[in-house]
Amino acid sequence: MPQTLFEKVWNNHIVKPQTSETPAVLYIDLHLVHEVTSPQAFTEIRSRGLKVRRPDKTLGTMDHSTPTTPRNALGIIPVVDGEAIKQLDQFTKNCADFGIPMYALGTENQGIVHVIGPEQGLTQPGMTIVCGDSHTSTHGAFGALAFGIGTSEVGHVLATQTLMQYQPKTMAVRVDGSLAPGVVAKDIILAVIAKIGVGGGTGYVFEYMGEAIRSLTMEGRMTICNMSIEGGARAGMVAPDDTTFDYVAGRPYAPKGADWDKAVAQWRTLPTDDGATFDNEVVLSANDLIPMITYGTNPGMGMPIDGRVPDPDKMGDVNQKMAMDKALKYMGLQPNQPLLGQKIDVVFVGSCTNSRITDLRLAAEMIKGRKVADSVRMMVVPGSQQVKKQAEAEGLHEVFKAAGAEWREAGCSMCIAMNGDQLAPGQYAVSTSNRNFEGRQGKGGRTFLASPLTAVASAVNGVVTDPREMFVPEMA
Amino acid sequence: MKPINTVAGRIAPLPINDIDTDQIIPARYLKTTDKEGLGKAAFYDWRYDADGNPKPEFVLNKAEYQGAAVLIAGHNFGCGSSREHAPWALMGAGFTAVVSTYFADIFRNNALKNGLLPVIVDEETRQQLVSLAEEDPTTTVTIDLQSQTITLPDGRGVQFPIDPFSKYCLLNGVDQMGFLLNLEDDIHAFEEANSQRVKTTA
Repeated sequence: MPQTLFEKVWNNHIVKPQTSETPAVLYIDLHLVHEVTSPQAFTEIRSRGLKVRRPDKTLGTMDHSTPTTPRNALGIIPVVDGEAIKQLDQFTKNCADFGIPMYALGTENQGIVHVIGPEQGLTQPGMTIVCGDSHTSTHGAFGALAFGIGTSEVGHVLATQTLMQYQPKTMAVRVDGSLAPGVVAKDIILAVIAKIGVGGGTGYVFEYMGEAIRSLTMEGRMTICNMSIEGGARAGMVAPDDTTFDYVAGRPYAPKGADWDKAVAQWRTLPTDDGATFDNEVVLSANDLIPMITYGTNPGMGMPIDGRVPDPDKMGDVNQKMAMDKALKYMGLQPNQPLLGQKIDVVFVGSCTNSRITDLRLAAEMIKGRKVADSVRMMVVPGSQQVKKQAEAEGLHEVFKAAGAEWREAGCSMCIAMNGDQLAPGQYAVSTSNRNFEGRQGKGGRTFLASPLTAVASAVNGVVTDPREMFVPEMA
Repeated sequence: MKPINTVAGRIAPLPINDIDTDQIIPARYLKTTDKEGLGKAAFYDWRYDADGNPKPEFVLNKAEYQGAAVLIAGHNFGCGSSREHAPWALMGAGFTAVVSTYFADIFRNNALKNGLLPVIVDEETRQQLVSLAEEDPTTTVTIDLQSQTITLPDGRGVQFPIDPFSKYCLLNGVDQMGFLLNLEDDIHAFEEANSQRVKTTA
């Protein structure tokens, strides 16, 4: 019987099949842990006198509560927040006590958990990957089944390397056609979420397919899979192909020699079979897309950048009207107003959505020879120490600094406002991150989500700007 | 975990769609290594102004809703992050159940593992509960897990879905990790039959 990519990966990892009484028990190939969602799970393991079953399938990194401020004279990134210090110390102890390899703050491979997995070659096609973090969906770009879990489940995986899960439904998200210059992966996923809403994918795993997805780099596919959860889907996947294999090849944990050939042969069997069926389907044409931006307080409140803010009074559904009223009040926006020309205070280029080397190259190319507007603070935060190193080798940091942007250490930074990087109340930001929820980037802060190109164009003009106005054709 | 059979209590209306986990508990309260003490952080930015003073108009600050056990929300409650701090905060604030038309997947899983009941009802019932709570804050409902029924003040019972495994665990106070630990032989057999994909300690 023809199978989807998801079904193949799911079926390959069943320890106990789902029954009418119990969920399936799935084996987990890779468990990523970070300081924020793991402490209570380690406490549970200790209190039961258990060991971590497979520390060799577990990797820790520090990313969420870590500052991205410059190193001191000793080359150390100082942590000044007492609570963060305690949490990071506890994480260090937990990983050491249970034999889990861990990338500590400022060390050469440290970075955002969803940047380092692919970067190290740990993320590979056909694997099951979990982390106590909803953006674990990122790793699905490689044709892995990857999803976020809660802290209780982190404990389950630490103790047993398995998880109980009911089989989700599948949704094909097909993006036909090709992107126009100035329109990038971020615009695709913002358009998908605007179309289906933040709850549209609840209960589903997405498989992204179609010509526009095939044409993307791995980084672009990661941007898209990353935001699957913003459409309600716990996981999003892209069938592995030569783009995938080329990306994985040669990375530290990638298979080598004969093992590589064997792995690739197996990975080539993973794509969805002809005739396999999905429970649901969404279709978009990339040809019709222009840069996207959000205006509201969830990622589904997005529109083409030349659009106008919706009018709550024109919404038929009373719940939708209330939500829109509340969102516009928080955002300080008027119904029917354009966003183009809206004054902004901060531009954030970073996060597990858009902090990889290709994102930074694109942003640097766009800002080269230009200046960040005097009224704007622009932060560029590489996703990992490795991304930082690569960017510096290419001189990108000098381009950003010359333009007046801040070049910072690696971490989640202003995406989550729990590490010192945050908006002040009332400030407007164009951000390449994934969430525009109230207060997400700082209490009272107001976020417009957009692509790195839109972020840079807006930083230069000091107002929300369509990047196509500044676009150089040879860019991606 | 303590067994749960029946939840009865007053209801607090928060009829907003798509309440995300950053509202349920802002990220800056996640710099903890405990599960306890998060009740004060629940809905913090909706409950308190910039100076930390309670906003009188917010439902959970109103005297008549103090001690409510059941939160009536809008559609798609708990979207956003995977933070289990969200159910910990809601339980710390005194809630034992949340009613919505549907829940985000990760939030629902997290809630069930902590004994916070995610009760899924149709839109008409949800609206009726919101109206009841707004008109008379002393309104109580009873949620019976065995029969999967939420009983309204007029005696009308509305069935809600829950997966049989979570139901069993909640009714019997069984923790799910124990179930997995008992599968050692199956897990070992799986590992024997499947080659290791990556070795992080290499």
